[in-house]
Amino acid sequence: MSDSVSQESEAEQSQTIVMPELPEGRLLDTVVAPAEVLSSPCGDADPTDPEVIQLAADLIASMRVAPGCVGLAANQVGVPLRVFSLDVSEHPKTRTCHGEFVLVNAEILEATRNQKAREGCMSVPDFTGDVKRATRLVVRGQLPVTGEWVEFRTDAFEAVALQHEIDHTNGFLFLDRAAGAHAIHPRQTYL
Amino acid sequence: MSSFAITVVGHDKPGIIAAVTKALAEHGGNVEDSTMTLLRGHFAWTLLVSVEADQTEIEESVAPFASDDLSVTVLPMPEAGHDDLGAHASYWVNVHGADRPGIVATLTGALADQGGNITNLSTRLVNDMYVLGIDIDLPQSVDADAVAATLTSLASDLGVSLSMNAADEDVL
Repeated sequence: MSDSVSQESEAEQSQTIVMPELPEGRLLDTVVAPAEVLSSPCGDADPTDPEVIQLAADLIASMRVAPGCVGLAANQVGVPLRVFSLDVSEHPKTRTCHGEFVLVNAEILEATRNQKAREGCMSVPDFTGDVKRATRLVVRGQLPVTGEWVEFRTDAFEAVALQHEIDHTNGFLFLDRAAGAHAIHPRQTYL
Repeated sequence: MSSFAITVVGHDKPGIIAAVTKALAEHGGNVEDSTMTLLRGHFAWTLLVSVEADQTEIEESVAPFASDDLSVTVLPMPEAGHDDLGAHASYWVNVHGADRPGIVATLTGALADQGGNITNLSTRLVNDMYVLGIDIDLPQSVDADAVAATLTSLASDLGVSLSMNAADEDVL
């Protein structure tokens, strides 16, 4: 962890990740469970590979057009690589926010202060689940195009969403994290 | 393909579920939705099974597990589980306090009067402490704040605490 990160307070903070320029993204269809690609660990990706750069752009484009979507992992569009997009800037539960970004080969370095919440997933449209997630998180990953490693601390909803997406890249769905036998529910459609 | 609701209630011991599902599987039965819990230590299981067999065959397949202290019943089920409520919103109601008769009857009666449909309910009594959880769907036409106010008032009369919150889920 860099000094600048470690010295940051846990107070509300906004530090947008500056993304390298990406090509125009294409809209990709979402894979729905049960599907092997969602339940298998994804492989490391080369962030400088033109195909991975295009994938990063596609994930952002596909995430933007899906109503309420705050994140999309590559295996959710059928590509078994450790890449995902994230943008929680419009979500009411967000505190710290790093904007819209794509991370490659991301991993969690620290996770603390678990809280339980009910979550759903575009790849599991018929269920929701009560899942415990850390609300304080330190993650690191590479940016597409440059391959630069970034490491940052976040909290609240961005922390939860990052764990959900990194779980995808490791082949886990929220169904794998459900807190007990009665923690999975048929999906409700709220007004 | 027919659908049956099977209930198994009684003295708890290891292996009940394994034995019953093995017998059902041998008759081609597929366990669909099911829920099992211990109610003050008693085994309580309800499961929906789809199967090509008729009711007599299914009853015969599970009959060996019935005993003086374990009840097994088989009921044929229609295709549709419930009426379509139309547009609705979902809420969680949590109640806790000293136990007394009538808490569930009073609160669920008020919900039913408002057209609320219960989708999950759990009650637990340990010593004198009573805990009740209710998941409800309220039709769009119903004023949820008014329902919450009514429930809170009834709970106060019963001497228990009640909170009602909009069901909250995040799609990630």
